[in-house]
Amino acid sequence: MTRMSRDGGIVLLLVLLAFGFAALSFFIGPSNLHAGHLIDGLIHGRGLDGVIAREIRLPRTGLALVVGAALGASGAALQGLFRNPLASPDVTGVTSCAGLGAVIALYLGFAAVSPALLPAFAIAGALASAGILFILSRAGAGTLALVLAGVAISSLAVALTALVLTFAKNPYAMSEMVLWMMGSLKDRTLTDLAYAAPLTLLGIALLLTTMRGLDALTLGEEAAQSLGIDVASVRSRVVIGVALATGAATAAAGAISFVGLVVPHLLRPFTGYRPSQLILPSALGGAALVAASDVLVRSIDPGEQLRLGVVTALIGAPFFLWLILRLRRES
Amino acid sequence: MSVAIVFENVGARYGGRRALSDVSVSFAPGKVTGIVGPNGAGKTTLLRVGLGLLPHEGGAVRVQDRALKDWSREALARTIAYLPQGGDAHWPLVARDLVMLGRLPYRGAFASVSAADERIVDDALARADASAFARRRMDELSAGERARVLFARALATQAQILFADEPAAWLDPAHQLKLMALLREEAARGTAIAVTLHDLSLAARHCDEILVLHEGRVAAQGVPDHALSDEILARVFAITAVRVPSPDTGNAVPVPWRLTR
Repeated sequence: MTRMSRDGGIVLLLVLLAFGFAALSFFIGPSNLHAGHLIDGLIHGRGLDGVIAREIRLPRTGLALVVGAALGASGAALQGLFRNPLASPDVTGVTSCAGLGAVIALYLGFAAVSPALLPAFAIAGALASAGILFILSRAGAGTLALVLAGVAISSLAVALTALVLTFAKNPYAMSEMVLWMMGSLKDRTLTDLAYAAPLTLLGIALLLTTMRGLDALTLGEEAAQSLGIDVASVRSRVVIGVALATGAATAAAGAISFVGLVVPHLLRPFTGYRPSQLILPSALGGAALVAASDVLVRSIDPGEQLRLGVVTALIGAPFFLWLILRLRRES
Repeated sequence: MSVAIVFENVGARYGGRRALSDVSVSFAPGKVTGIVGPNGAGKTTLLRVGLGLLPHEGGAVRVQDRALKDWSREALARTIAYLPQGGDAHWPLVARDLVMLGRLPYRGAFASVSAADERIVDDALARADASAFARRRMDELSAGERARVLFARALATQAQILFADEPAAWLDPAHQLKLMALLREEAARGTAIAVTLHDLSLAARHCDEILVLHEGRVAAQGVPDHALSDEILARVFAITAVRVPSPDTGNAVPVPWRLTR
């Protein structure tokens, strides 16, 4: 098989997977509506079918795809930039900082002023941590520095989140917030989707402009520069793209961890290990994984006390440990 | 064109330290120039300045008779290929995909690989004697094979100037000789080659010209016999050498023998 058809094949397969899980996610729910009625409701928007299809199922399925795509693409780009398979929005603390931004917006009342302020604050939080990553990447951080910085950034974000909650007027704020931070797609609205989708697409589009640069960085920074790549610009575009996508996703769904770590890692061998060829498949793979996880959560526990973020962490954290062990053996 | 790249009274700082002072040197097409000197003498810094990776303080750098600052990033990338010190692939790409990276300066942001790119990459692999393992992944190759793939990557850029920083380090003697033969071959095609080396015998045998750097300054330059004289070896490297006559040319090749103190 030629290179082109192989790359195209994996993309096509992932598109089918993402659509398959999206369809499952759309058609499965407590109201047990017939698929035909749901499609009819989605198109015409009339009656109960229309309300359920458009107001409940569509935002949920749409957000699963958007959030997964944001996290998958962000992970792929960060791993390419740092030339390190452990880099991802959650490990580096970007997700926690986006969460902090969202908490500030939600619990200090900014989100009530305008729904746009929620993603705006989350993106600002993500950008703050991504700025630290920018400095780290410029200094040529190794695996240890990267992971430790992630721990430090996350701890700081969690502490600041707790601090913000101390000042919240609502006495239930703490428990609500803790649940929200665990990540879920329950009870999301079309408004959430309307903000998350374009911001995520913008972020991913920005990440896709760094393809050549990330490939060249395989040879190291100076060799990449000698190939005519503006490495500083690549770095800024990755950092801003990750902040946009991860910030928008976290504002909509809370912290869905480890998707950005696991998906690029699993897909890398199928893309010939070329960082440029990993971004789009990781976006599609992330969308498929989050949609599938959300279906899983709802089938295990229809009452939905189980959180999506808990499920992804239960799968992802052991994977992370395995990855560290494997990297240690290799070095 | 008699000069590919020229440095005139160039100074540079690296890491807050003065790394080059008043260096004047030129690299000519068709010649292999060896850059030697003790650790920290400024060898890599000189290459970095020539590539525009590090700004120079004072003096002038001209590439093909045009000031370095007047070159666009892309045009310079097509003109000077760089093989950095200890370079390796950070991801286990297929060797041929890695060599294809050498074509990046010729491709637009989203342009795909052309038939000409394919041909040039195959040619580069053949010249670097790496065709046999072109379809294998970098992590399946030995250090010597990886070095050849990285060299092919530099060749695929088809630049008229090649900077190679310590390409012979970590190579066994056979691969060192092969590498020097490859450099000579490229020079014969008209490429100007600047290569930093620690092995003085290797440098004396295979280079047309030698530049000796010492504490950021030019200590000597010229043909090997002249630039690597006993006086220079003693002053710059603090060694004495035994001279072995080359069976090919009759030149006396220095073999580092003892410390002077």
